[in-house]
Amino acid sequence: MGLKIVVLAKQVPDTRNVGKDAMKADGTVNRAALPAIFNPEDLNALEQALRLKDNYPGTEVTILTMGPGRAADVIREGLYRGADNGYLLTDRAFAGSDTLATSYAISCAIKKMEKCDLIIAGRQAIDGDTAQVGPQVAEKLGLPQVTYAEEVLSADKKKIVIKRRLERGVETVEMPLPGVITVNASAPDCRPRNTKLLMKFKHAKTITERQSESEDYIDLTADRPYLNIEEWSVNDIETDINWLGLSGSPTKVKKIENVVFQAKEAKRMTPADEEIDELMKELIANHTIG
Amino acid sequence: MNSVFVICEIDEGKVADVSLELMTKGRSLANQLNCKLEALVLGHKLKGIEKELYPYGADVVHIGDDERLDPYTTLPFTSIIVNLFEKEKPQIALLGASTFGRDLGPRVSSALVSGLTADCTSLEIGPHEDKKAGKTYENLLYQIRPAFGGNIVATIINPDCRPQMATVREGVMKKEIYDANYKGKVNNLDVDKILKPEDLVVKVIERHMEKSKVNIKNSSIIVAGGYGVGSKENFAQLQELAEVLGGEVGASRAAVDAGFAEHDRQIGQTGVTVRPKLYIACGISGQIQHTAGMEESSMIIAINNDPNAPINKIADYAITGDVGEVVPKLIKFYKQNTK
Ligand SMILES: Cc1cc2nc3c(=O)[nH]c(=O)nc-3n(C[C@H](O)[C@H](O)[C@H](O)COP(=O)(O)OP(=O)(O)OC[C@H]3O[C@@H](n4cnc5c(N)ncnc54)[C@H](O)[C@@H]3O)c2cc1C
Ligand SMILES: Cc1cc2nc3c(=O)[nH]c(=O)nc-3n(C[C@H](O)[C@H](O)[C@H](O)COP(=O)(O)OP(=O)(O)OC[C@H]3O[C@@H](n4cnc5c(N)ncnc54)[C@H](O)[C@@H]3O)c2cc1C
Repeated sequence: MGLKIVVLAKQVPDTRNVGKDAMKADGTVNRAALPAIFNPEDLNALEQALRLKDNYPGTEVTILTMGPGRAADVIREGLYRGADNGYLLTDRAFAGSDTLATSYAISCAIKKMEKCDLIIAGRQAIDGDTAQVGPQVAEKLGLPQVTYAEEVLSADKKKIVIKRRLERGVETVEMPLPGVITVNASAPDCRPRNTKLLMKFKHAKTITERQSESEDYIDLTADRPYLNIEEWSVNDIETDINWLGLSGSPTKVKKIENVVFQAKEAKRMTPADEEIDELMKELIANHTIG
Repeated sequence: MNSVFVICEIDEGKVADVSLELMTKGRSLANQLNCKLEALVLGHKLKGIEKELYPYGADVVHIGDDERLDPYTTLPFTSIIVNLFEKEKPQIALLGASTFGRDLGPRVSSALVSGLTADCTSLEIGPHEDKKAGKTYENLLYQIRPAFGGNIVATIINPDCRPQMATVREGVMKKEIYDANYKGKVNNLDVDKILKPEDLVVKVIERHMEKSKVNIKNSSIIVAGGYGVGSKENFAQLQELAEVLGGEVGASRAAVDAGFAEHDRQIGQTGVTVRPKLYIACGISGQIQHTAGMEESSMIIAINNDPNAPINKIADYAITGDVGEVVPKLIKFYKQNTK
């Protein structure tokens, strides 16, 4: 019983490690200095897909990412860990998309692909932080959804049973296929790169990447079609252009402020008895405590 | 003027705190916009639920009561809300950024092709000028939210599509009774007419809910411990300080991950947001993901043996020293001074 699975993965700036070197002199973040990574929860999503592939021979795992050309890195990373193939959706027409326009573009690409049984996304991307794309893709495709998934307990061609993590408990739900699930960070970590797969897919490239190689580059995709990363522009999928990019985005960013890490002067103290005694008196006097 | 709606969440048979917090916010937005505030509650055995909502200023409470709406699943809720919103055309719709709201909100907004802004920390009304299109807008909802791991704050607007939808996390807005005698009216929804068999395909097989025990969110004094506290045993000292001061114990994620404290005590981006009168941070370095959940505390005391710990940048008092030494002294001198 093989399943066709599409994993949605986004390339994101590593906002978790905004260290000193990524800070500008004015205390704001220098985004260009942040490395581009595979969105962490999308790795949890990929692992769930790979586990289904382990358990159900014949399962095919496809990575779909929308972003600039360099987002092909995400697909290669997925291939190194066990995905079978990938699609890069890239076009200026997608620029400025909010979650709704992003979901629309992604759902159009999925419709264009061979019919799939299951779409697995990460719960949330660490740059936009909205957790909206998964459910919105599900709605656009008219499919049921299960969010906050932690573990796929069982699956067959017709349905899937999933454990999901809520604020104060867990829920086991059954969803008919095809359907969409979004996976939480509390799910198992993704397996590491596999050395054999790394060797096999090291030279996997999109057509744009191959074309921008130097003259002595030898294109191997004729003999080894798996080295081609499929690249789609807006013309390769069927869309209504009004629903894409900036014009297809109901939400607009009116203003962005960088959070400035300013140094407010703290009153410096030592653990000396007199100082602690003084502090307590102060807090009691101004009714903070007591 | 079209109404402001709050999509309420039911928690153990009652309207969830986060929904009441949004009612308070929704009431003040509705007053500003000179329109009605309406609440929407879906579930089962909801008799009398409107009484929980009227004091928060609900003019209308829409109730969909049906056994197929408990426990919550996405599709039937979406169908009912989409059906109601297509008729009522709210200008604003708010819901909690809980697993419920973050599952339901995007689904509804996608079906209505309205925008949705996630995890807002502030909601305001203001004008907007679109110079390119030569249009001006009055009374838009400014949806202010942190993004990029808390490193930026964006003001998002939704000029043309309705409703303007936003989610807000629990504890971010303040919950306040508007008028204990306020009376609105009930609109019972004909759920049976709306639900279709395909709305009911996802089934909840089992549900394990743990009763919430700790309530750090509503505590005005929090003694929080980080990885620097060192052990579960040392956390007992923090508990003692919290008890003496009449507060609760909170924790950083590193402390929770290390097993020093329970998960529901975690404060920060992926924990709860708190804004107590006093926050005592013990052995917490002060990473952005932690400070995002506590930086609005009225007063912050940091205890850290590293004088350069980032937490000291937002602290009012920075005590450079060992937690194990300082905490017992705080207890001792508090007791001495209050005797
Ligand atoms: C400061 C700022 C604030 C924003 N606030 C909002 C807002 O409140 N509302 C709004 O609608 N938009 C907002 N956006 C736009 C939003 O970030 C983008 O639309 C983004 O492309 C998708 O949203 P996300 O990063 O939040 O993804 P999420 O919805 O958090 O992503 C969930 C999952 O969807 C999949 N996914 C998401 N994007 C892609 C992709 N490009 N390719 C493949 N898979 C993907 C991944 O599996 C991911 O884990 C904001 C953007 C910025 C810069
Ligand atoms: C997506 C994401 C979400 C996150 N969400 C959260 C969240 O919600 N909440 C949260 O807290 N974190 C969160 N984190 C983790 C966060 O980045 C930090 O790792 C965490 O807050 C660090 O915890 P800490 O300060 O206790 O530990 P550490 O960073 O290890 O700091 C320990 C501190 O204790 C001091 N110390 C050591 N010994 C002593 C002693 N004897 N006496 C006094 N001081 C001592 C040290 O100088 C140090 O400053 C998140 C991370 C990510 C990536």
